[in-house]
Amino acid sequence: MKDISPDKPLSTLSFLENTEAPPKRHHWFLDLFIQLLKTKPLGAFGGFLVLATVMLAIFAPVIAPFDPNKIHGVNIVSPPSSTFYFGTDALARDVFSRIAYGARVSMTVGLGAVGLSVLLSTIIGILSGYFGGLFDTIVQRFVDAIMSFPWLVIMLTLMAILGPGMVNVILALALAGFAGASRVVRSAVLVIKESDYVMAARSVGCRDVTILLQHILPNVAAPIIVLATLGLGNAILAEASLSFLGFGVPPPAPSWGRMLSGDGINYMLRGPWLAIFPGLAISAGVFGFNMLGDALRDLLDPKLTGGIRLRK
Amino acid sequence: MLRWYILRRVLLLVPTLLLVSFFIFSIVRLLPGDIVSIMIAEQGYADDEKEMRQRLGLDKPLVVQYAAYLKNVLKGDFGISLWSGKPVLEELTRRMPTTLRLAILALFWTILMGVPVGVISALYQDRWSDYIMRSAAIGGLSIPGFWIATLLLVFGAIWFKWVPPMDYVPFTMNPFKSISQLLVPSFILSIALSASIMRMTRTMMLEVMKEDYIRTARAKGLAGGVVVVRHALKNALIPVLSIMGIQIAFLIGGTVIMESIFVLPGMGKYLLDAITWRDYPAIQGINLFICTGVIIINLIVDLLYGLFDPRIRYR
Repeated sequence: MKDISPDKPLSTLSFLENTEAPPKRHHWFLDLFIQLLKTKPLGAFGGFLVLATVMLAIFAPVIAPFDPNKIHGVNIVSPPSSTFYFGTDALARDVFSRIAYGARVSMTVGLGAVGLSVLLSTIIGILSGYFGGLFDTIVQRFVDAIMSFPWLVIMLTLMAILGPGMVNVILALALAGFAGASRVVRSAVLVIKESDYVMAARSVGCRDVTILLQHILPNVAAPIIVLATLGLGNAILAEASLSFLGFGVPPPAPSWGRMLSGDGINYMLRGPWLAIFPGLAISAGVFGFNMLGDALRDLLDPKLTGGIRLRK
Repeated sequence: MLRWYILRRVLLLVPTLLLVSFFIFSIVRLLPGDIVSIMIAEQGYADDEKEMRQRLGLDKPLVVQYAAYLKNVLKGDFGISLWSGKPVLEELTRRMPTTLRLAILALFWTILMGVPVGVISALYQDRWSDYIMRSAAIGGLSIPGFWIATLLLVFGAIWFKWVPPMDYVPFTMNPFKSISQLLVPSFILSIALSASIMRMTRTMMLEVMKEDYIRTARAKGLAGGVVVVRHALKNALIPVLSIMGIQIAFLIGGTVIMESIFVLPGMGKYLLDAITWRDYPAIQGINLFICTGVIIINLIVDLLYGLFDPRIRYR
């Protein structure tokens, strides 16, 4: 930029002539993805597990050789074989197919619960954090009260009140989890509220709604993505726990948790495989989501909150 | 000042407790459909609708009900269990020690396992052992405790012909045997808990190790171990203490599952039974009891935190 000097008039804008075109920018999503693969191989592995679970859920009818509720004669509790990859359960149903369709149940419940939870917590967190004051204090007291309920206790009580059914499970999971999530959103909002561009927007007279939509919302997207991913893992675990105790998704829908408590424990001596595969499925799914969420948090959060980068 | 901090925290207790009791009170009454006809039809708890309503006090307006409920609670009356006919509080106090023992044992394992692993993981940051320990931690969080318990039962029976002791022995009769019953479930509970404690410890240790006073200690010539334990660890553990409070709520949730699998007569099993029997006064009472307990424990943890970290008293 040797042309910029105090004596030369700026009318000669020749210094602009030699600038290169800026490097081609990828979409932020692609950037994130590439960074994930390069710096966090564990997270990428988690992502692979997540993908496998989602594919299993979507393509269950194609992957599963049989209908999950089909009774195959009298082959009850038979070991894994070439026809029944994971064996059969006490009602002579193919375990492999039930696991595959169980992925559908888990993903449906998980996505429903997380979707609802994210919706509620985002609204509450943003409103509470942005407007502050007495409104914030009161809302935070409510959030504190909800958070003092242990997770399983509140879910079980809600299931007792609402009764059985998949929708009720989704509702119970969402209501149990949204309070904690709203706190995370709120603290992110509090940080953004103090930033310069929000202050600038305010000073030019931007309305609150505009600021909320254009500045706050895009910047809480990062923690919300992390919350959603980790939340999906927790939702699968919670649904499995509820089903294990008998208060989850009702039969005959195949639920990994119920498969474990029903046949897994009752037929433990005759058919140990009945206890292995459902639990394996749960663990793999939740592990994937937790790994992925963790990696995403490391990649996204420090940039947002300006916190201390703990790695390298 | 410490006095103000304590006062503020204790005062905060009142609205939170009120809100919690209001939530519990209203949740049970939000039943879709008529609770009375459901209970008569399903369990036959009373002879007719009118008597049922009177028993539950549902014939009075909502505000009056809530006021009466609060008054009773403060007197110590958490309602009468429909299933057993005895006061709910009495049943709870009978079962609380078991759950408490289970929880305390689990905490013991957690601190024993989680903190050292977290420290080591922080000291060997980004080496192979760190990655392994962190993956193990996420594994501990992901693998459901009830699966581990089931596998233990299944393969213990098949390979070793062994079942964990399941006939309940009261603590007063035989302390050792009673605790031995709790060893396995408390350990399984502690797996998930120590996973998150380990990660938190690791994070805080990494943060603290960068501080200037650690550099000073090293420059003074203190041995590595002394620096880690006396200076770094002490300061790193304070925030860990604060999340212990949050983990208590998680722990209670876990005890429900463990008590169900290992057939321990604790509060968690009581809740499951109450829900199965549609014993709504009991469900209400258990919720209130457990939540109050969690709130008080959180208060104690916060106060301890204020005691150990003077900075927070001025916020």
